[in-house]
Amino acid sequence: MKKQNSTILLIVVIILAAAAVLFVYPHAKIFGVGVYPLGFGAKYMPWRLGLDLIGGTQLIYEIDTSQMASDDEKSVLNGLRDIMEKRVNVFGVSEPQVFISKTGNKNRVVVELAGIKDVKEAVAQIGRTAMLDFRETIEMPSDNTATSTDLENKTQFIKTDLTGRYLKKSYISTDAAAGQPQIGLQFSSEGAKIFEDLTAKNIGKPLAIFIDDQLVEMPVVKDKISGGQAVITGQFTTDEATKLVSLFNAGALPAPVNLVSQQTIGASLGSESLQKSLWAGTLGLSVIIVFMLAYYHRLGLFAVVALLMYVPLTLAVLKGISTTMTLSGIAGFVLSIGMAVDANVLIFERSKEEIKKGLSKFAAIEEGFRRAWPSIRDSNISTIISALILYAFTTSFVKGFALTLLIGVLVSMFSAITITRTLLRVFVKMTND
Amino acid sequence: MNIISHRAIFFLVSGILILASVTAFAVFGLKPGIDFTGGTLWQITITQTSADLTQASAEEIRKFFEVDLGVKNITVSPADNQSFLIRLSHISEGEHQRYLEALKIRVNPRGNPRESALIEELRFDSIGPVVGKELQSKAIWAVILVLLGISLYVAFAFRKVVYPIKSWKYGIITLLTLFHDVIIPAGMLAILGHYLNVEVDIKFIVALLVVMGFSVHDTIVVFDRIRENLLIHRQRYVFSDIINQSIKQTFARSVNTSLTLVLVLLALLFFGPASLQYFILTILVGTIVGTYSSIFIASPLLFVTSRSKET
Repeated sequence: MKKQNSTILLIVVIILAAAAVLFVYPHAKIFGVGVYPLGFGAKYMPWRLGLDLIGGTQLIYEIDTSQMASDDEKSVLNGLRDIMEKRVNVFGVSEPQVFISKTGNKNRVVVELAGIKDVKEAVAQIGRTAMLDFRETIEMPSDNTATSTDLENKTQFIKTDLTGRYLKKSYISTDAAAGQPQIGLQFSSEGAKIFEDLTAKNIGKPLAIFIDDQLVEMPVVKDKISGGQAVITGQFTTDEATKLVSLFNAGALPAPVNLVSQQTIGASLGSESLQKSLWAGTLGLSVIIVFMLAYYHRLGLFAVVALLMYVPLTLAVLKGISTTMTLSGIAGFVLSIGMAVDANVLIFERSKEEIKKGLSKFAAIEEGFRRAWPSIRDSNISTIISALILYAFTTSFVKGFALTLLIGVLVSMFSAITITRTLLRVFVKMTND
Repeated sequence: MNIISHRAIFFLVSGILILASVTAFAVFGLKPGIDFTGGTLWQITITQTSADLTQASAEEIRKFFEVDLGVKNITVSPADNQSFLIRLSHISEGEHQRYLEALKIRVNPRGNPRESALIEELRFDSIGPVVGKELQSKAIWAVILVLLGISLYVAFAFRKVVYPIKSWKYGIITLLTLFHDVIIPAGMLAILGHYLNVEVDIKFIVALLVVMGFSVHDTIVVFDRIRENLLIHRQRYVFSDIINQSIKQTFARSVNTSLTLVLVLLALLFFGPASLQYFILTILVGTIVGTYSSIFIASPLLFVTSRSKET
């Protein structure tokens, strides 16, 4: 009866492993011919590759929250994160990551753009405050020379309540007369009211428009304006105007941000690293297989089979939980292959000892497994401790490593208990009968 | 195979290695990379040059930055695939673009400076000093926590073994061997840093943590066997004999489990990506040292601890 259970278990595992291979295999072509269902996983759930494999950038922004109360701080951070995410989506990166990272008492927003083409543009756009505000003007007494720059220099500006906060929508329009692009503003009803009051107060006087604390335009108010519509004419190029409009629509940042860290990797460097790692990993796997067969002979074959099932199963788990594979992640996975064999070595060595003591093959294997298990468990737990602490403590470049190591170790324990043991049980029973 | 009686030799070898490593550490120090100090690491290739700059050299590039752009504290070194690795202090994105434009013009004054085929940026990392410092303290904490975590776990796992030494002593000895396994690769990095300008970045810390996790594997295999033999043979044999027997029985296991790892590491070292080479090397050295320490240091230490109780 035990044998039948083991055989069933073995068949189940083999099917799982085969399914895993299909799920994990990245390309759907063999010899240039599309082969379905191989690679079905690639179609529905492609591998997520990290920055260091497909190139891209990681930006870390810090925002000065010292002036804010702590509950404000949380909402400001979340708001900041949301706005940045909207801005990021403009760049067409397939899976942008924007998240808050807390270190000590500093709060930062981390933006990861894998596969982005124009990093320079992204950095320019994402960190821009895009703060729009209207200010009233007070002319300083001067000697009435009326060039506009003199006016600017001598004018004092008073901030008003009318800022980009009240902006409902922004759009591009063209000034028919001058053919120049303009930015149209539509304020919310609250904003429209403020705008109405402001224009009413300042008829005949210039009203200054500032973007990011830079004076853009200072049109003279002719009339009270209701309905909250306004147009900024400034000296914009179409490009500049388009960018500003998208920034306004995403929202101004609640406070200026500071780029404290930038890590950019070019795509060519990334793909070269990927090729090399895959090649090295395959080589490492082959060398282990040769070694196991050479040293343990027939027993080694079981370990090799278990290993060949372990690889797709682990990859399937990693892919299934949407891990982003980084270069260090691949390294962690390759290392876990080296360790996965450990458990098998322990079981075999122990079984050999038991056979020497005179136990039957079957009993030796059971005993070998029973005695080896504490070592397997304890030594894997120590690696798990390392991996967990790594995962909790370090930056996202390293998290990939910790995660693949952790999953690799867990799956290897599973593969040692079920796959290797079941294989041995089934085949030993078969040879005994 | 009498490990215990020859323990003096093994202690001596380890002692020398540790002393050498600590000295290297004290004299050369580790060379921290920008991960920890903040700064800029910039890797570029120059794919097209004008007639008078036929082969751009690292020295020329450095001079350009120092003289033309007024950048202080900059080093430029050639890297693989005919690229250059430029190191300077943390710069803003604005400065980054300015330098890039200036470099493009300098490299091909008659060309269009916006042409991106001229200079390819392989990598640009600029990390502010505060971020760097934080990573430093995070890294140190991680190492301490793993050391403690593993040692505590070993003490816990061996809690039922009271004779001839208490279980927590197993933990302490694990801690000592872990130190041993970590100091020697660190010493190696100090030497490499001094002679080959190899920098210590976050990968090195990861490597150390990995080494700690792995090196305990073999130690546990041996301790496990000692525990088992103690239960069975306690009355009949002296502790030193039990230890020797345990090591003999587990020798093949210890070596093989490390060997498979070493094989994989060698494959990664020689055929893997260049950026991971020192990382892999650190793990490799750490694993070999770790296996050595598990077999030849940890068990004799156990014996020495039990002896000191008897006197």
